[in-house]
Amino acid sequence: MATRALTKGLLGLRHVRGPTVKVSNSGRQFATASSIISPEPQTCSVRDKMLDLPLEKQDLFRVSELFTVKDLFDARVHLGHKKGCRHRLMEPYLYDSSLDYDIIDLDKTAEDLRRALDKTAHTAYGGGIILFISRRRQFCHLVENTAKQCGEYAHTRYWQGGLFTNAHIQYGPGVRLPDLVVFLSTLNNVFQQHVAIRDARKMNIPTVGVVDSNCNPSLITYPVPGNDDTPVAMELYCRLFKTVINRAKNKRKQMELLHSLSEPSEPSS
Amino acid sequence: MAANCARVVCSLFGKSVNFASSTRPVTLQFCRQICGTPALRRKNLGPTVPETFTAEFIQKQVEEFEIGKRHLANMMGEDPENFTQEDIDRSIAYLFPSGLFEKRARPLMKHPVEIFPKQRAVQWGPDGRPFHFLFYTGKQAYYSLMHDLYGRVLKVEKHQDQLRAKGLFPTEPKQIALGPSRWLTKEEMEALLVEPISRQDYEHFIQLMERLLAMPCCSLEQQFVMSHRQQLEAQSMHQVVPPLQKDDAGVDFSTAEGRRKSSRGSVVVRDCGAGRLTVNGQDHLHYFPVLQDREQLMFPLQFCGLLGRFDLDCSVSGGGRSSQAGALRLAISRALLSFLSQSEGEAMRQAGLLTPDPRVRERKKPGQEGARRKFTWKKR
Repeated sequence: MATRALTKGLLGLRHVRGPTVKVSNSGRQFATASSIISPEPQTCSVRDKMLDLPLEKQDLFRVSELFTVKDLFDARVHLGHKKGCRHRLMEPYLYDSSLDYDIIDLDKTAEDLRRALDKTAHTAYGGGIILFISRRRQFCHLVENTAKQCGEYAHTRYWQGGLFTNAHIQYGPGVRLPDLVVFLSTLNNVFQQHVAIRDARKMNIPTVGVVDSNCNPSLITYPVPGNDDTPVAMELYCRLFKTVINRAKNKRKQMELLHSLSEPSEPSS
Repeated sequence: MAANCARVVCSLFGKSVNFASSTRPVTLQFCRQICGTPALRRKNLGPTVPETFTAEFIQKQVEEFEIGKRHLANMMGEDPENFTQEDIDRSIAYLFPSGLFEKRARPLMKHPVEIFPKQRAVQWGPDGRPFHFLFYTGKQAYYSLMHDLYGRVLKVEKHQDQLRAKGLFPTEPKQIALGPSRWLTKEEMEALLVEPISRQDYEHFIQLMERLLAMPCCSLEQQFVMSHRQQLEAQSMHQVVPPLQKDDAGVDFSTAEGRRKSSRGSVVVRDCGAGRLTVNGQDHLHYFPVLQDREQLMFPLQFCGLLGRFDLDCSVSGGGRSSQAGALRLAISRALLSFLSQSEGEAMRQAGLLTPDPRVRERKKPGQEGARRKFTWKKR
């Protein structure tokens, strides 16, 4: 449990195997860069091998094949709001504005989206809980269906006060909070930033968020600049996330099967 | 448990400390000061949750109930195999007689399923992953119901669009036969979902249901809609007409009973009579010297115009003269129903002859002289 807290404190799942877990010949270990990546063969279990695999390969889940910039353009992801609604911190992500309508830079979007999908895939591969949040009424049903179909969780309703920060009272003792929160729209019904962004940050939960030109990207761990108002764009995002999560879970099952077949005598952790 | 405590402390302060190492004695000490008994820790942490019972506890209660039932059957000298709930209630009332007015305060022995409130089992598996995809909303059952309902609305809309595209859209929409039913109340919904619902949530649910019903092709979802409606009993209670019997001489007769205040009367109305009236073995003139009481007895016959046709044999007990007369009047009206047609019976009902008079003596209250009369008010 303390290890998990340690994990959340450091960014992302990349540092999932902290040095304090592994028993080594030397006494205490410090969290230096070299000691994190170096493997310890005498204590490697099946689970360690499975979790080291994504760290060794680049783009294990072939996320870059899922979409192209042309797909994003066709789904109208580049359309932002008007100049008056523009958020100051979104200016680096904007390409231009034509007739006062902001246009989001799709090259940056593509790169950020790949990073975000990669992060999602790694979380799903490690058996993490992913929570989809969106407070747009017209896409509530779509988001809930997406979550149902990939076996993850959704929250597209009114956000009660202490769902993350007061979790043990809200849900019951011993509850496990999500390991990743995906915002398909960062604003709530009154065009203010969703409370869950701040709460997830407080609880050290990494967030992925689709930020439109009127949103604040500062508190989100993996912001993806893009349109969150058009149905085509939302369907694209939902499809991408669903595909990536299913791929990661299938890969996980594959690896478990492979390892259980190759070493049947060793008890899997 | 201690580790849990420590984790709570950690999350509160936002630090992640490895408690395996003993490098932070100060924090450990701080921990020990904060963590106290569960009762102390629960202070000021929001509304108390209702007491939850574990599955093992309920299981144990059920076993104890079964064993206790067999013991009770043995005590009462009855067959333990066929000992029903009514037998249990009877035996408990016999062994533990109680004069308490509140029925719920009396000793009872019922199956634990009826006593302990229905509650939800643990919501997540051994790896911590919740079972329901809407778990993190906090109201999973309600929101799942709303999600399901909206899905059905979309399905009906899609069906309508398909019909319209084919040109088969029905001009007279086939409505769902709701019958005498009403929507389930908020309390019934809470019992159904095993989850508390707020008033606004309930109103939203009803609005969405009404929207579904307003669609022309809503008959697709008939079963779903009816599962959230409660059937009402028929408003008008059908009058039970006493059966017309024939005695040895071939004369028709019928029997009925009536009550008024604390009087109980029963009457046997015989056809082909001469208008004789016997009450408790005596003639009616003897038993009811007052004209008003005799008028009450005659009124049903006079109303139907059958004054000289029947012979009445009445028996009455309890109450005073007026209430005995009222009880017999009701009994005579009910007995006459078997000799009359439907419309005449309906006329009797509208005249109020078949309605039992609900008025009973009001109790005397303390601080007053009678039911309504107060003590004399004295200025000083």
